[in-house]
Amino acid sequence: MSPRTPVLAIGLTLALLATACGGAGEVEEGRTADLDVATGVTDDTVRIGTHQPLTGPAAPGYAQISAGAKAVFEYVNENGGVNGRRIEYLVEDDGYDPVRTIDVTRELVASDEIFAMLGGLGTPTHSKVVDYLNKEGVPDLFVSSGALMWNAPEKSPLTYGYQVDYTKEAKIQGEFIADEFPDEKIGFFYQNDDVGEDSRAGLERYLGDEIVEEQRYESGVTEIGPQIAALKKAGADVVVCACIPTYVALAIVESERIGYRPQFVVSSIGADTETLKGLLTEFTDGAGEDAVEELLDGLIATAYLPQVGMAEDPWIGLYRKIHEDHNKDGAFTNTTVYGMVQATLFAQVLKEAGRDLTRQSLLDALESREWAGPGLVPFAASKDDHGGFAGAMVTRFHAGGEPETLREPKVTDREGGAISGFELERPDPGETEFFDGG
Amino acid sequence: MASPAPRPAADEVRPPAGPPAPVGTRARWSTVPLVVRHLVLAAGALAAVLLLIAATDTVNTMRIAAVGYSVLAIAGLQVLIGASGQVSLGHGAFMFIGAYTVALLVIRLPMLPLWVNLLITVAVSAAAGVVVGGATARLHGPYLAGATLALAVGLPSLAVRFPELLGGGNGLAFTTRGAPPALAATVSTAQWQAAAVWFTVLLALTVLATVSRGRLGRRMRAVRDDPLAAAAAGIPVGRTKVAAFVLSACCGGLAGACQGYLLGTATPSSFTLALSLSLLAALVFGGMGSLWGALWGGAALVYLEVWAEDAAHALSLGTSVTNNLPIVLFGLILIVVVLLRPDGVHGAVRDAAGAVRRAR
Repeated sequence: MSPRTPVLAIGLTLALLATACGGAGEVEEGRTADLDVATGVTDDTVRIGTHQPLTGPAAPGYAQISAGAKAVFEYVNENGGVNGRRIEYLVEDDGYDPVRTIDVTRELVASDEIFAMLGGLGTPTHSKVVDYLNKEGVPDLFVSSGALMWNAPEKSPLTYGYQVDYTKEAKIQGEFIADEFPDEKIGFFYQNDDVGEDSRAGLERYLGDEIVEEQRYESGVTEIGPQIAALKKAGADVVVCACIPTYVALAIVESERIGYRPQFVVSSIGADTETLKGLLTEFTDGAGEDAVEELLDGLIATAYLPQVGMAEDPWIGLYRKIHEDHNKDGAFTNTTVYGMVQATLFAQVLKEAGRDLTRQSLLDALESREWAGPGLVPFAASKDDHGGFAGAMVTRFHAGGEPETLREPKVTDREGGAISGFELERPDPGETEFFDGG
Repeated sequence: MASPAPRPAADEVRPPAGPPAPVGTRARWSTVPLVVRHLVLAAGALAAVLLLIAATDTVNTMRIAAVGYSVLAIAGLQVLIGASGQVSLGHGAFMFIGAYTVALLVIRLPMLPLWVNLLITVAVSAAAGVVVGGATARLHGPYLAGATLALAVGLPSLAVRFPELLGGGNGLAFTTRGAPPALAATVSTAQWQAAAVWFTVLLALTVLATVSRGRLGRRMRAVRDDPLAAAAAGIPVGRTKVAAFVLSACCGGLAGACQGYLLGTATPSSFTLALSLSLLAALVFGGMGSLWGALWGGAALVYLEVWAEDAAHALSLGTSVTNNLPIVLFGLILIVVVLLRPDGVHGAVRDAAGAVRRAR
């Protein structure tokens, strides 16, 4: 072999690749998919899909979401379906790995030919398929994440958010803390990604110098001793926790260990008390139920959905019944309710779209009116606002009792707008149309 | 990991073509220059892959493309481990470098064509290979393995350390061009991308095969078998080791670039230690000592996982079982292969092909 042969080969590579020389990142805009189609719809079924972490690091908390949604769809199908069609709900496991999210989403769209994507879970995961879904013309409803990027009607017209975004939620926390703890020192403990960043943007609207210490954690690194010690050293009396459940529990256990008892204020993503109890039991090597409840006692959290502890709530009553009939093996937690509300909302929209169903008619129905149902705050899904739930309430957990509402639900925006009350007629399940009945 | 001592494959130690030359097509083929032979083989392989892509659906097209870049990464590892005798437990780190290089280029400089992006990626990976290889060429055995292991563990956290540039834990997302407008009606984006990936992979494999049959390949094998004897024969041991490392790093980087291009994403959680270890396991499974082993390893890496997951979900097993089934299955198959055929799947295939040839 002559020493020049590799050079020759590389030269050939260049020549051949040069034939395909447009900028790799120059994507033609403007080609919009045809939405007047009814892909995945037959006379008696409509097929939708989702990607969820049924395995992997996010599975322990979030696998219940699709279980809850599935239970509601079974209940709907048992009661005659929606406009004469049964809902077929395909759940693909992506293990919270973006590479697999891309794989299973293509499978759902190209092979299973789903009508719409419902509640794809996670920011790192779903952000990698938003462009694909919009390009393929697949409605991408109710993304299971509080990132701000789902509410971008210009860029992603088919993507609609679901849960209250991190900034709105943090604004409500910030105002509450400024009112109720005016003289206290505030610490901020956050996940080092958009969760923390967007939450800070909201908090800083209401809190300035009061924030004496900020500490972050990396998802996946469970050693948080130094961060909690720093918060203690700074003398923070209130610690705002923009964390997922695992890190809320770790923070509680760690601060207890070093004799530090701040008032925790937790975002809804980390505040599912049933999940927290399970985690605390695990992290404390099986402390009794009472001890775990005691650790959580007084925890302040934001919420926008009915809580499993609200025994009087008619929706919780219905969901508990559906859970017992269709999801017996799972736990009934706020996370389960999250999926159940998601499914209920989707069925409501589907019902509204009518028998003559296309992707366009589904989106028209979604934007046609204000949605009221299981949620505690108004739901934004209009031409210019794809934000989903628009606010939250503030609650306090009491060991062995019902959660106390510290501040009634309020709505706000993600910029400098005020936090205000709202008029919302919240219908009972009996007044809500989300299946045919009979 | 218990792996068999790398053995030279039979086709690598073919004696120099001595006189008298036999006549026939076989003989005439052997007089064609090596690089031309490899290019012809690569063109044939590309044609086969294109036919396969044309015949399958989108999902399998994507998986075939995934096999492509896995093959390239494993082939790079084969050059390092099989040919030069250095062990790397951290090749996922080079895939990380490749994927992020392409992501940054596409996002920051969208006007650059794909082939320029890939060339820049090769250059960046080569630079990383020089740095890492230069430092690790002095190490051997478990010390080398440990140093590369640290690379695989440490490098992905760069993305979290510099969130403004590298997107933090959520990573980077981008969109690349599909088929040119003239072909857009007949060729889907996925098919175009898969074809581009395999084109790149086969060209890189051609370079790799040609180099490892040439002077550098001979030197690497000499260093692997006995560094002292190699040094006594005048071979620059250190430089040869670094060269092998750089070659291998380029393959890893290019594989990562292909992955990034195909999926339109670069995310730190995709480049875990498990990826690096899987690459090594797939190499042992496919067969060390021959580039063909990389093909079997790559196919196994992609499809075993898919099948194991489908099986686990079809049987509706518990979460903890489903979590681990693909790894357990791969481990079991690896143990069986190593016990029965220490030279991997390729060894078995080669023997079978030889038996068929003798029977004729």
